[in-house]
Parts: sequence; C-alpha cells; structure tokens
Amino acid sequence: MIQNVFYFLCFLTLISGSMVVFSRNPVYSVLFLILTFFSISGHYILLNAQFLAAVNIIVYAGAIMVLFLFVIMFLNLNKENETHKSNLSKFAAVIAGGILLVIMVAALKDVDAGTYKAEGFDSQIGMVQNLGMVLFKNYLLPFELASVLFLVAMAGAVMLGKKETGERHF
Amino acid sequence: MNEIPEVIRTIPLNYYLFLSTALFVIGVTGVLLRRNAIIIFMCIELMLNAVNLLLVSFSAYRSDPNGQVFVFFIMAVAAAEVCVGLAIIVMIYRNLQSTDVHLLNKLKW
Amino acid sequence: MIILGIFGITLLIATYCTYAERKIAAFIQDRIGPNRAGPFGLAQPLADAVKMFFKEEFIPANAHKFLFVAGPSLAMLTACMSSAVIPFGNTLIINGNHIRVQGIETNIGLLYIFGVVALGVYGIMIGGWASNNKFSLLGAIRAASQNISYELAMGLSIIALLMMSGSLSLRQITLQQGGEFLGLSGLDWNIFYQPLGFIIFLTCAFAETNRTPFDLPECETELIGGYHTEYSAMKLGLYLFAEYVNIIVVSAVMSVLYFGGFNFPGQDWVRANIASDPTLAHNLVTILGIVVFFGKIFAFIFFFMWVRWTLPRFRYDQLMRLGWKILIPLAIMNVVLTGAAILFWPQLKAMF
Repeated sequence: MIQNVFYFLCFLTLISGSMVVFSRNPVYSVLFLILTFFSISGHYILLNAQFLAAVNIIVYAGAIMVLFLFVIMFLNLNKENETHKSNLSKFAAVIAGGILLVIMVAALKDVDAGTYKAEGFDSQIGMVQNLGMVLFKNYLLPFELASVLFLVAMAGAVMLGKKETGERHF
Repeated sequence: MNEIPEVIRTIPLNYYLFLSTALFVIGVTGVLLRRNAIIIFMCIELMLNAVNLLLVSFSAYRSDPNGQVFVFFIMAVAAAEVCVGLAIIVMIYRNLQSTDVHLLNKLKW
Repeated sequence: MIILGIFGITLLIATYCTYAERKIAAFIQDRIGPNRAGPFGLAQPLADAVKMFFKEEFIPANAHKFLFVAGPSLAMLTACMSSAVIPFGNTLIINGNHIRVQGIETNIGLLYIFGVVALGVYGIMIGGWASNNKFSLLGAIRAASQNISYELAMGLSIIALLMMSGSLSLRQITLQQGGEFLGLSGLDWNIFYQPLGFIIFLTCAFAETNRTPFDLPECETELIGGYHTEYSAMKLGLYLFAEYVNIIVVSAVMSVLYFGGFNFPGQDWVRANIASDPTLAHNLVTILGIVVFFGKIFAFIFFFMWVRWTLPRFRYDQLMRLGWKILIPLAIMNVVLTGAAILFWPQLKAMF
C-alpha cells in the first residue's frame, strides 16, 4: 500500500519536474514546480519528517513560488515569445543531461547505501521538538548567521528594486 | 509510537538515491535547455529540492536529525537567494525588456 | 466521519454567512434586508444558490480554459482544507472511549493551517491571470503582494504565542488555556497575556481573507470586480463562498489561539455540579464547550461584518506601509517583550 503511494509520488515528482522544463508558458512551469514541491512534501510525510513537510509547503509553495508567479505576472512574461535555441543546442543540452544521468546511475548502481538499523531506530527525529533541540543546541551559530544572511538579502533586494532617478516607468 | 515507518521498511534507500538523481538531472537539463532566466532559476530550485529530498531520506533511514537541520538551512538560503535573484531579474528586465539570458553575454551592456 | 461533519457544518455556516452579511449590512444602514424568501428571508441563501447554479457558465474567449476553472476550485479547496485540524470541542466519552471532536489531531496543526492559508492565494492569482483581463491581473497581483506581506506579520505575531505555549498542536494550546484566571476556571486565555499579538493577528486576518478595509484585490471602485471580474455563475459563487469559509476558519483559529477555544468561564464548577455521574458531566461540559466555541466563532464573524460596513478601504500604499513599517516592527517588539517576560517571570512574580 505505502509502496504504491511511494511509486505514485515518484512518478508525480518526475513528471511534474520535467513539465517544469518543457512547458512553453512560464506560468505553467511555475504551477508544475508547485506540484513537484507538493509531491516532495508527500515524500517527507512518508519518511515521517512532518516539520520539514510543513515548512517545505510554507516556504517553497507558499512564499517562493508566489514570488515567482508575481514576477512573471508583473513583467507580463506570459506570452510565449521566448526565442528558442537552435535545434542543435537543444539536442546537445538533452544529450548532456542524459549522459549525466547515465553516469550518475552507473556510479550509484552498485553503491551500498546501507539500510535502517532496527535497534536504536528513532522515528520521532522529524518532529518539531527534536529538530528544535538539535537546531538551537548544535547549530546555534549557523542559525544566527542565517538571520544575518536574510538581513543582507533583504537590503540587497530593496537596493536592487529601487528605481534609479530618471528611470522611466515600464 | 516508535515504530519504523513502512516506507523505510519496504523501500530500499537506493530508490531515493535514483529518484533524487533523476530530479537533479532534470534540473540540469532545464538550465542547459532554456533561455528564460526565470525558468533557469526555477530549475536551480528543482536541483536544490533534489538534494533536500536525498538529505531527508538519509536522515530518516539513519535516524540522524542533523540531515533535516541541513535541509532547513538549505531552505533558508534558497529563500534569500530567490529574493535577491528575482530582484536582479526584474532589474535586467527593466534595462533590456527581456529576461533572455543570451542577451546578457556582453559583460557591459 | 467527524471530518465530514465538520465540513458540512462549515459549509452550512458559510451559506448563512451570506444571509447574515446582508442582514447586518441592512441593520447598519438602517434598511430591512432580504425578507421575501421564507420567514425573515431565511431561505435567501438557497434562492441565491439556485440562481448561481442556473446562470450561464461563461468562459471568455481568450481565457486559459483549464486555469480559469482551476482558480475558483483551488480557492474553495484550500479554504475547506484548513478546518480539518481545528478542535471544535474536548473529548466525548462514548462507551468508555474518548472521541475527540476534531478532524485530525496533529502536532504541527498550526503549521498546517499556515501552509494551507499560504496556498489560498493561488486560487486568486491563477483565476485572475487566466481571465486574460487587465483588471483581473491587477487584482491578482495585489492579492499576491498583500498576502505575502501580511503573512510575515501574522507569523511573527504567532511566534510570541508559541513561545508561551511551547506546542504547535491547536488542541494542546486550547487545553493550556483551561486554567484559572481571576479565580474563574477556564478563563486563562492567551488574550490576557498577548493583547498586542492579538491585535496584529486580527489585522492580518482581515488582510488574509481580503475583507474590508483590506479588500483591494476586489475593490469595485478601482478594479471593477478585481480578480473575479470575468467570473459568472457558480465559479463566482465558489470565490465568494471561499471567502466566507476563510472567515469562519480564521475566526475559529483566533478563538483557539487567543480566546480559549472550547474553554468557558466556570467550567470546573459546572463539571462538578451539573451531574453526579462523571462521564455524563464530562460529556455535558464538552457539549457546552462546543456551543461556546461556536458562539465565539459567530462573535468574530459578526465583528468581521461590522468592520466591513464601518471602515473605508485603505489606499494601496497605506496598506503596504501598515504591513511592513508598522505591523512587522510591532510584532518583533512583541516577540522580544514576550521573551523577556518569560525569562524574568520568576523575578517579576517575586516582586509582587
């Protein structure tokens, strides 16, 4: 039962992931990317990482993708006027991607990734309490640095987004 | 309460390895294939998510919370990256009326 | 089973919200309001629904057909999903089994609600974009920026509350508020500890549900109908309906977080005196709690409508300034104050 759910989610992830790349219209790409994030959140729930599943939806689907959609609507990029690459370079891109896939799969085919250990297994590690403990005990400095990163990013975005004097409105 | 999730008991870890590899390759292909800067950006998000998925699955199989904390940080960094990146794209659009990356091949206008 | 019941009740209340809105508007403007269909016009929602269903389903020629239909459906779906984790009451004891009056009890309940609320904006954005109409697009863009801006302040105002409760489960948060305050049991509500947080949350709730004074995405005077300019018949109905479901959900969340959920003043006294059989007493208190909880929800819904017919609409730059320059700093200050209060609570207590 759960296996079928897993295979279905894999199928959904890969199909919607490729539709992000192959849709002609950027808005459809965004929507398929949201679908991909949902299926990845589904994987997280299967793996009992509930906190990350919720955060994945809130951060990626709820905030980042709204920004993408906002920019696409704002710039009126929804016309399908992207000048396409020549067939040769398209072909080369797909071949390069395919070769990367083949190499990675060949390299990972015989990897012994190991498996779970039944004794000492803790299914509660993905819960909020547990992650909070690890985050605020072992990773306190990176956490603080991440907040500095946000501050810098915010200042940078505001500076970039500001209209220069004399610039025309579009 | 502390029972092993069924997916961990029945699905080998290698399957997650292959899934996230495939997702990562889709992202790489997208970056190579498309010319629209926003789509390229989305493909980078796709690659980041492939890595996130792999980290979470390793973390869940080994019951080691550190991997999930890393994913949390990746999400934070991705959010910051998107915020600056989209500002840059809007800036490019203002100057060029397009987000085609091939118009940006001269280092100065 | 319970989850179907909860959906049914939410939809029923949403239906009658349309009636209540018109009656309250009429009362405030000194009119009578709908009074033709049934006694006191009580069948008016049914008449409206019939009208909506039998109108022509019109899709503009240049609209993206699939997304045009997907927009209202998504709005309705996300609105209904969030009511699943709200604890409508304590446990009912039937044949010795404790049955929770709640759809799903999860330890990330609040995060779930936030996730679903964050998705709510997609229905509006997709619908507005797919209509292929400039006014719809403007409405959609306004909705997106408004929702993103106010979600930040909303999340920050909740963080102060979470620092006190230490749990994301809505049920846990409710049960924590059942203690004594001023000698009355069941009155230990968070509103007495987080008044500033509540005001920020309330303001953001208005913005998130696109209600006046923050209804810029559908503001008639500037944008015709905003994101639903091109919609007609039941698709328009779904958008309007989703707004009412959102109001119910947000009212329920506010009751749970700040007004004690299903706790009511004097509940321990009632539990001790209402019946001699402890099981029966527990069940009766639970049922009273459900009634009180719905009372709180209705009070908030009334407040939403009251504000709608009292306050004028903000201008767009005023809206953004309020969100970014006033509410977010206030919320951060609230977090710092709460943290300091938690840290120095023993010393503060010793002083008095």
